[in-house]
Amino acid sequence: MTRAQLLADDPIWLILIKAVALLLLGAVATMAMIILERKIVARMQHRPGPNRVGPNGWFQSIADAIKLPFKEQIIPDTADRKVYFLAPIMSTIPAFLALSVIPFGPEVSIFGERTVLQLVDLPVGVLVVLACSSMGVYGIVLAGWASGSPYPLLGGLRSAAQVISYEIAMGLSIVAVILYSGSLSTGDIVDRQASGWYFYLLIPSFLIYFISMIGETNRAPFDLPEAESELVGGFHTEYSSMKFALFFLAEYVNMVIVSAFCTTLFFGGYMAPWPISLIDDNYFNTGWWPLLWFFGKTWIFLFVFIWLRGTLPRMRYDQFMRLGWKVLVPANLVWIVLVVGMRALRNENDISSSTVLITIGIVLAVLVGVVFLLPERAPKQDGPIVPVTGGGYPVPPLDLKVPDKADLKPRVRRRREKAAVGAAAGAQKETEQ
Amino acid sequence: MSALLLAQQAATHVTTGEAIAFWVLGPLALAGGLGMIFARNAVHSALFLVLTMLSLGVIYMVQQGPFLGFVQIIVYTGAIMMLFLFVLMLVGRDSSDSVVEVLRGQRLWATVFGVGLAVLIVAAVARALTDVRPVGLAGETANGGQGNVFNIGKALFTDYVFPFELTSALLITAAVGAMVLGYVDRHVRGRKTQKELVEARFRGEHDRPSPLPGPGVFATSNSVATPALLPDGSVAEESLSRLIDATASAKLDEERKAVAGTLPGPDARALAPGKEES
Repeated sequence: MTRAQLLADDPIWLILIKAVALLLLGAVATMAMIILERKIVARMQHRPGPNRVGPNGWFQSIADAIKLPFKEQIIPDTADRKVYFLAPIMSTIPAFLALSVIPFGPEVSIFGERTVLQLVDLPVGVLVVLACSSMGVYGIVLAGWASGSPYPLLGGLRSAAQVISYEIAMGLSIVAVILYSGSLSTGDIVDRQASGWYFYLLIPSFLIYFISMIGETNRAPFDLPEAESELVGGFHTEYSSMKFALFFLAEYVNMVIVSAFCTTLFFGGYMAPWPISLIDDNYFNTGWWPLLWFFGKTWIFLFVFIWLRGTLPRMRYDQFMRLGWKVLVPANLVWIVLVVGMRALRNENDISSSTVLITIGIVLAVLVGVVFLLPERAPKQDGPIVPVTGGGYPVPPLDLKVPDKADLKPRVRRRREKAAVGAAAGAQKETEQ
Repeated sequence: MSALLLAQQAATHVTTGEAIAFWVLGPLALAGGLGMIFARNAVHSALFLVLTMLSLGVIYMVQQGPFLGFVQIIVYTGAIMMLFLFVLMLVGRDSSDSVVEVLRGQRLWATVFGVGLAVLIVAAVARALTDVRPVGLAGETANGGQGNVFNIGKALFTDYVFPFELTSALLITAAVGAMVLGYVDRHVRGRKTQKELVEARFRGEHDRPSPLPGPGVFATSNSVATPALLPDGSVAEESLSRLIDATASAKLDEERKAVAGTLPGPDARALAPGKEES
C-alpha cells in the first residue's frame, strides 16, 4: 500500500493520537529549544547561563512556561483590541498546522495498526508548509499594527516585506527539488532520495533554502522585525503574558518546521545517514529507528540556528533586502533553468551521465582558459589630490584656517576665557597635589 | 475499478462531510464579503477579505482541488492581501478619503462594468449547473490517472502554455511599469562613495573636515543644552544644536504639554502622524 492509502485507512483514535503528539512535539521542542539556546549561547559567550532552577538550570524553561501565562496582561490604550487578540492566535495556529505534513518516519505498527508516521500525506504537501508560513506572517503584521505604537508598527512592516521577499526565494529553491523528485508530496520526496540526498545533488537550492529559512523565521542575523537595539522588541513590544508566550511558541515551532522541512527536502528525511545505512541491508531504516535519524538531522539544523545567533551580527535592512532580491532570487532562477535544461537533455536523448560530466568539464576548462587569457585590470590609481602621511590617513589641509579669537561672538569669547581660567586653575591644583 | 465507482459516486452524491464543510464555509465567506464592504476601518475590511479568501481556499480543497486551494492561500491570502495590508498600515487608520471624484464618469462606468461582470458570473454559474458533466477528482487515478496535480501541470505547460506565458508577461509589464512610474531616483548623478566624501571634506567642499562634536550630555549634566569642552577646556560652541539657541521658549509649550500628558496624542498607528485639528 502507498503512504496515502495507509494514512487514509487510519482509524479516528490513531489520527487523534498523532495530532496530540504533534501538538506536544511543538510545545516540548519549544521549551527544549529555549533552554538549549540559552545554554549554548552562554557557552559561546563564556558565561554560565541559566543555572538556578533544577539540576544545572535545566528546568528553567519549565519554570518560565509556568510563569508566563500567569503574568499580568497589559493592553495598551491605543490598541485595536479585536485585532490585538487575534494576532497571536493567527501566528500560532499555522505554525502547528504545518507540522501535519512532515513525514517523521516510514511504515510502523501502532497498537497493531499499520500506518505511517505522518498525519496527512497530501499530493501538495510542500505547498501546505508554504501556505502556513505565509499565513503566519499575518500574526506578526497585525500584532505590529494593532499595538498602536510606532516601534511595533515598524517591526510589523519590516516583517511583512521580509517574509514576502524570502518566501519567493524559498519557493524557488523548492522548485528544483520538485523537478528532481517529480512530486509535490513530502512523503514521495523523501522516498525519491533513496538514491541520493538532494543537498549535494542540488547544492545551490539547498544553500538558498537555508539562507531564506533563517530570513523566513526572523532569526539572527536576519531578526530585523524584532531588532532589540533598533525597535525595542519589534512587533511584540506591547504584548505580555500568554499572548507574548504564543508569539514565542510560534517563533520556535516555526524554527522546528523549517528545520524539519529542510531535512525532508534535502537531507533524505527519516532515512539513515550513509555509513549506518549499509548495516544489515539498511535495517536501521525500518520500524521506529528512522524517527531517531529524523530528529537528529532536525536538531542539527536547530543547533545551527543557535550557532548563527551566537556568531553573526545583525544585518542592515537594505542590505538584507538586496541579498534577497538581487542575489538569491536571480541565482535561483538561473539554477532552475540549468536544472530544467539538464533534465530535458537527459529525457530527450540517451545521454549517459559521463557524457554530461565530460561536457561540463570541457565547458569549465574553456571558461577557465578564457579567464586566464583576459588581461588583468590595472588597479585604479588615485590622483594626488589629498595629502597623505606615511600612515595612509588623510591629513587636514596645510592652509587650515584656525578661527581668530577676535572673530568670535563676545558671549562665546567670555565663556572660553572663563573656561580657560578654570582649566588653568584646575591644572594648578593638580600640580599642587 | 473502485476509483471509477468512487468518481461516479462523487459526481452524483454530496457526502455529509462535504455538506457540513460547505454550510460552515459558505456563510463564513459570505460574512467575510459583507464585513469587507461594511467595516469602517480599512484594516478590518482587509481582514474580512482574508477570511473570505481562506474560506474559498478550503472549499477548493474540499472539492478535491488541493493545488488550487493552497495556491489561493499562498498567492492571494499570503502575498497579495499582505501587500494591501502593508499599504493600509503605511497610510494610517484615520486618514480620510477624498470625497472629490477625480475620474469623470466613474459611477457610470462602474455601473456598466458591474452589471457586465454580474451577467458573466451568472452565465458561468448557470452553465456550470446545467451543461458541465461533473467528473470525480478524488484519488490517485482521477482525471485519467496520475492525479490532479500532475494533470494541472501538464495542461499548463502544454495546451495552455501560450496564455500562461502571456499572462506572466502582462503581469511583469504591469509591475515594471508601476515601478518606473512610481520610483524617483534621488541620486541622479550617482551616490558618492565614502572615500569621495572624505576627500571632498578635506578639499574644503564641506563646512568642516570632521563631524560636529557631540554635546556634553552626561559629562557634567544630563541636559542636551550642556556644551562639550575642547581639550584645552574651552567650550565647543558648535557642539550645541542650533535649535537650542534659536527656539523661543513659547515654541516649546506644546512639548511641555506633551510631557505633562495634556496634549491630544497623534494617531499612533500612522508612521507620519498628522497634526490634529484643534
